[in-house]
Amino acid sequence: MRFLLDDEQREFARSLDKMLSAADPAATIRAWAAGDTGPGRALWARLAEAGVFALAVPDEHEGTGFLPVELAVSFRELGRHATPGPLVETVAAAALLGRLGGPLAADHLPGIASGKTAASLCLASPTSPYALDADAADAVFVVDGDTLRLAESTGPVQPSSDPARRLARPVGGAVLRQGEEMAAAAAHAAEVAALCTAAQALGVGRTLLAQTVAYVGGRTQFGVAIGSFQAVKHRLADALIALEFAEPLVHAAALALASGDAEGPASGPAVAAAKVAACEAAYTAGRSALQLHGALGYTEELDLSLWIRKARALRTAWGTPAECRARVLAG
Amino acid sequence: MDLDFTAAEDAFRTEARAWLAAHVPATPLPSLETADGFAAHREWERALHADRWSVVSWPEEFGGRGASILQWLIFEEEYYAAGAPGRVSQNGINLLAPTLFEHGTDEQRARVLPSMASGEVIWAQAWSEPESGSDLASLRSTAQRVDGGWLLNGQKTWSSRAAFADRAFGLFRSDREGLEAGKPHRGLTYLMFPLDADGVTVRPIGRLDGKPAFAELFLDEVFVPDADVIGEPGQGWKVAMSTAGNERGLTLRSPGRFTAAADRLTELWRAEGDPGDTALRDRVADAVIGARAYRLFTYANASRIAEEGGGPAGPSGKGGGGRRAGSIGAESSLNKVFWSDLDIALHETALDLLGPYGELSDEANDAPAHGSWAEGYTFSLAGPIYAGTNEIQRDIIAERLLGLPKGRR
Repeated sequence: MRFLLDDEQREFARSLDKMLSAADPAATIRAWAAGDTGPGRALWARLAEAGVFALAVPDEHEGTGFLPVELAVSFRELGRHATPGPLVETVAAAALLGRLGGPLAADHLPGIASGKTAASLCLASPTSPYALDADAADAVFVVDGDTLRLAESTGPVQPSSDPARRLARPVGGAVLRQGEEMAAAAAHAAEVAALCTAAQALGVGRTLLAQTVAYVGGRTQFGVAIGSFQAVKHRLADALIALEFAEPLVHAAALALASGDAEGPASGPAVAAAKVAACEAAYTAGRSALQLHGALGYTEELDLSLWIRKARALRTAWGTPAECRARVLAG
Repeated sequence: MDLDFTAAEDAFRTEARAWLAAHVPATPLPSLETADGFAAHREWERALHADRWSVVSWPEEFGGRGASILQWLIFEEEYYAAGAPGRVSQNGINLLAPTLFEHGTDEQRARVLPSMASGEVIWAQAWSEPESGSDLASLRSTAQRVDGGWLLNGQKTWSSRAAFADRAFGLFRSDREGLEAGKPHRGLTYLMFPLDADGVTVRPIGRLDGKPAFAELFLDEVFVPDADVIGEPGQGWKVAMSTAGNERGLTLRSPGRFTAAADRLTELWRAEGDPGDTALRDRVADAVIGARAYRLFTYANASRIAEEGGGPAGPSGKGGGGRRAGSIGAESSLNKVFWSDLDIALHETALDLLGPYGELSDEANDAPAHGSWAEGYTFSLAGPIYAGTNEIQRDIIAERLLGLPKGRR
């Protein structure tokens, strides 16, 4: 057993971190929130170049084959920089199409791998009626029960509490596939989405914690740094504990997805455990960030508010806490 | 990255499981915090030792199997899954032994370890004093130099297992200079002493449920030979801190204890739980997730330690990041807070699930699961207090891992 990322995976994370840091994350997020997807799509192309989307695409469609550990590594960095866009949905759509195969996969997957296609995916029932960033996506896939459609259009954007998440209801569209095989592929895609959301939450939480530690180390009241007070320290210690213990659950979920196939060992409980633990940890970090920044933390002009609000949104995206906990016990 | 065991590790697991299945008492032993229970648990230690299962991670010459850290974790998983008795010798095995491996002499190891492994000598810890708890370095009990050894005077308290144990280990002030210079960590000496020696008075203290789980120790001119000093006189703080690292770190509460309890809680939920009570269901799920997270976190730590060399009992060199190779340093504080909070949550949830039976004492005939939930709950309540309170641990996490400035405690 070697339950650690290898050097190559760590180097991959470092290179993504470097690229994303250089891309002025806050400006990119604010532009995306305002409907200007230009900087976000430019970054998207560079993520594709780095191979992020190919990680969910089979070899025969110009991908690397499904690599969930590398996906988790990537999404942690994407979360760390709160990168906007339907990242999780594109990867989940790739997982769905990869399972289905055939001309449908051939039509869309090379574009996803190369970054040409940003896709959104909506599991209309029971997950959510909304597709993330459908207005910015090149293809919006909608699963309803055992039916897969390519949406014709989308309804008006319904603003999310995370301004960088633009939600809309897909409308109409031709049926692409129907049946049991489709339902199984959609269930797999939902697990991939939950894993990537969990990893993203870890990154979001890491930034919330790091920025708040920096703030309370510098902010002085009563003549001392507020970070020297136990009430402040203990809150941040708890945030670190939650993140540290969620991370191995995310890695284990990725391994479970890597070893599972349609008939293989069920990865559902492992993914659900990772999802709820990581999102709760990020949310805890977000609440502490808000509280410990004082009134500043309650403003939208604070860049960190983009992370605070994302932590809230991710909590219920791709599996609510209650759904995840029920899944863990269902075994 | 993988979570795979080797064929040899699987074989080790199979061997441990078979032995435990054949030897674990069908009915749980009486609580080890009672005189009868203590004796029964000592017998159990003998049985473990006879087949070399009492200290698997120790070298063979001291009764162990030279098990790797991963094998040790496997053994612990099997041990608790089998419902085997609590370890009455844990103070010695988890706290004193690692200190002897690191700081003791060959003579001390040869003299102390075999009888510890067999349960013939059960050890108590003697850290705290009435005025020195979290601020342990302020301790006042003294060790005074005399011909051939030391004279101990003073008072120790919260000495776990001391009501029935044979010997104890702890810190004593051998030089007042450090204290007077405002450097209380200096001038402390780490000593071992018999609890039946002349001048030692043991006053058992009832824990929350009345069982004498710990004791006060009164020391009046107790003679200890030089051979029972561990490390250099005056260097006791450093020696003890390596022990504290072990206590909070990998070796005190292995994940097996919690994964086994979480499995039992899941069974209890499936058998007794009201499916409509989603609030309770969520707590059961969180306990299961917590136990799993602790196991995986430990596997990650074990992988890192294995890569750096060293094991729970082995010799250790210098590692990176301010911690010794083969240890987990300040990160052990993450572990300690996590498992102690998890342990309480697990048992609270079980007691709530048991409804009217949840309030029964572990001694009640009607107590579910032979009182193991009630006993486990009482035991768990001490977790956030001993081995450095969780408040102190959170300070350590904030200061050493997050880099926040020191402040008043």
